[in-house]
Amino acid sequence: MNARDLLHPRPEGLYCPPGDFYIDPVRPVGRALITHGHADHARAGNRAVLATRETLDIMAIRYGEDFAGTAQAARLGETITINGVRVTFHPAGHVLGSAQISVEANGLRIVASGDYKRQPDPTCAGFETVPCDVFITEATFGLPVFVHPPSTEEIERLLKSVAQFPERSHIVGAYALGKAQRVITLLRQAGYEKPIFIHGALARLCGYYESRGINLGPLEPATVEGPGRESYAGEIVIGPPSAFVDRWSRRFPDPIACFASGWMRIRQRAKQRGVELPLIISDHADWTELTDTVRQTGAREVWVTHGREEALVRWCEIEGIAARPLHLVGYEDEGD
Amino acid sequence: MERFAELLDRLVLTPSRNGKLTLLVDYFRAVPDPDRGFALAALTGGLDFPAVKPAMLRTLVTERMDPVLFAYSYDYVGDLAETVSLVWPHRPRREGGPAPTLSDIVQELATASRSDAPARMAGLLDRLEVPGRFAAIKLATGGLRIGVSARLAKQALAAFGNVEVTEIEELWHGLHAPYMELFAWLEGRAAKPESAAKALFRPVMLSHPVAEGDLEKLDPADYSAEWKWDGIRVQVTCESGISRLYSRTGDDISGAFPDLMEEMRFEGVLDGELLVGDPTEQTRTFGDLQQRLNRKTVSKRMMTDYPVFVRCYDLLQIGDRDTRSLPFAERRKLLEEFVGRLPPERFDLSPILEFEDWKTLEEMRRNPPHPVVEGVMIKRRDSTYVPGRPKGPWFKWKRDPHVIDAVLMYAQRGHGKRSSFYSDYTFGVWSGDPEEPELVPVGKAYFGFTDEELRQIDKFVRDNTIDRFGPVRAVRADRNQGLVIEVAFEGINRSTRHKSGVAMRFPRISRLRWDKPTVEADRIETLFDLLGD
Ligand SMILES: [Zn+2]
Ligand SMILES: [Zn+2]
Repeated sequence: MNARDLLHPRPEGLYCPPGDFYIDPVRPVGRALITHGHADHARAGNRAVLATRETLDIMAIRYGEDFAGTAQAARLGETITINGVRVTFHPAGHVLGSAQISVEANGLRIVASGDYKRQPDPTCAGFETVPCDVFITEATFGLPVFVHPPSTEEIERLLKSVAQFPERSHIVGAYALGKAQRVITLLRQAGYEKPIFIHGALARLCGYYESRGINLGPLEPATVEGPGRESYAGEIVIGPPSAFVDRWSRRFPDPIACFASGWMRIRQRAKQRGVELPLIISDHADWTELTDTVRQTGAREVWVTHGREEALVRWCEIEGIAARPLHLVGYEDEGD
Repeated sequence: MERFAELLDRLVLTPSRNGKLTLLVDYFRAVPDPDRGFALAALTGGLDFPAVKPAMLRTLVTERMDPVLFAYSYDYVGDLAETVSLVWPHRPRREGGPAPTLSDIVQELATASRSDAPARMAGLLDRLEVPGRFAAIKLATGGLRIGVSARLAKQALAAFGNVEVTEIEELWHGLHAPYMELFAWLEGRAAKPESAAKALFRPVMLSHPVAEGDLEKLDPADYSAEWKWDGIRVQVTCESGISRLYSRTGDDISGAFPDLMEEMRFEGVLDGELLVGDPTEQTRTFGDLQQRLNRKTVSKRMMTDYPVFVRCYDLLQIGDRDTRSLPFAERRKLLEEFVGRLPPERFDLSPILEFEDWKTLEEMRRNPPHPVVEGVMIKRRDSTYVPGRPKGPWFKWKRDPHVIDAVLMYAQRGHGKRSSFYSDYTFGVWSGDPEEPELVPVGKAYFGFTDEELRQIDKFVRDNTIDRFGPVRAVRADRNQGLVIEVAFEGINRSTRHKSGVAMRFPRISRLRWDKPTVEADRIETLFDLLGD
């Protein structure tokens, strides 16, 4: 069987003709398999959805209970057969509930990675290497310049700055799903026990993480305005990156803008956004993780999507692995 | 090295002066000698390693990685030092010995020859992590432009040691990296270093602006007045055959002015204004002087087209005699004799203005005879030369600023406290066909308004955005709609970098004209008229 007959891109997303399903479709389809809950992968309006329990719950939180016609939970490692195609979800280590999807028929196995990372993350199950014939990898940080330092070191820098500027507040920009909870957990692991103040947009997802047994410690809403603002001096506040430009951030005394993102590796990116303390904490694989993972899967062919494709294709070429960009549309520079 | 690298990274992204001072003071406190002294030297431009060239780095890195992958990377990052620091092959930590300290790196680079520099640089990069590699490359290639002036570094030292910044300035040029005796003094472990070196900088005397009602209380007979020239304030120092030209803050700028240095063959210290032109014929504009500023080297052509001279204000030393404790009137007499003996195409006197009362002086201030005058200086005849900005003896009385009415065109988010506000504004004036005029941007301003006005403009920007580019928003600005702002500025220069052909000096917003229709804003010709050439 030709790999392209098992999976190929269509305007709606990655399509499996024998199974008649899509992976992470960007438009409503009959049957969707969803890797994880980020908005560019998980959209509302599909007739049938298959995803992990956590991803389904997250979609319900974001889009309402009726986000799809029917929803089926996939258990990690358990194979489900759809029209003769064997489908298995494996942990991707990206955010809570994230999975790679293995698609197998006629002795050919393709693994669609979704988004993934290899750095340890206490808020989700770790990435599992799945040997395959074709590996579809993301490439958000697919350039040799992206080498993420250990996240624990980045958190140390944040705590050092908090000690250095006790009269100011530190506002950390972090994506609402995954990054925010990871930053909070890392702070707790580094021994930070004070309440952490969170923007309203994070409250429900933080609550959901806690309900899944991820202990985030004391959290308080960052809501005080007016004369109470001085009470934020010396505190850590976490909000979605978009909140920085909002009037919301004005309530904090002389804030230091921090941003937890893999993009913060590039000084100019930090400068453009007006970030004073960049924290290089990413939920995506860096260059080393991408290339290591491609090797470990043993894939004879690699399809590259979701980000900077050309460098990874070039690297595969040098390594003697067949590779091509997928050119899927609709996935954003998600920025985490 | 990690701590120095971290300091650099934070300084680059910290917009506020106070924030930078905290970072510097904490660094001086936390890091031992001699590393902190080398860091100080690096920040104040006191280190130079001619053997390492940027092109060499590119060769080194492409010997170690696929050139195509390097090209993709460099294209994305845009900065060579940063790209190399990121893509340099990663070695597990501590392989090849402990990470080098800043002092190790300075030592290694200082003793490198052109032939072994590449190998030494590669050896250093192998032993460093990403931030350390970036700092080492910037250090080696002299690219440490990180928004810390030598002045700010000296202020941090003053805060660290709880001394006056003028004390640091006075000592500065007699000290050398790694500044161990300076730190010992600042930490109270040793006496103040004696400066035996010659041609040191003397901290300059500064003035206060004339405030409402100041002059009425003063007797004009006690004061002397002269023009305030629009160049840069300098100190000309010649001692025991050593000559130096210093900026107002004690930066040694001799290297940029070899034409002037050649004529500095006397024994004495002068305070004056650096200007372009030939004083026996004409004094040229600040725009012309700018051609000569901030250059490391200067071409013959540059020196012929833009010759510099010093218009002298004061005399601080003659031969061995320190004259700073004499009254101004006596110093002035000595100055007149002294300057009379100097080459007239390089040195002249700032003339004394005759005035009976403050009203006469006010007239002169309003109608200066020369476009390169930016106001008048008023000095007490009996004032000694005191470093710093003492209250009382000297005043500056500036010409009123120019103002124009312009239209807000773009707004950009600010930094720090203002990061949620659109606080940096680009404004334009009308140009072209009077029937079909177009707005051309003529400048940027980010201060001059109150917090309340900032809120109002921010709201206007958010409500009238027509386009966005990253942190910048384009706002509605046409003949029917838009916000007129009154912009005050000190002067205007020709500029090839600006589409309009002119650049304003020190523009700031002086008033918001919510009442004014955009069609009544000024035209570009108003600015051209101010060029004065
Ligand atoms: Zn994602
Ligand atoms: Zn994604």
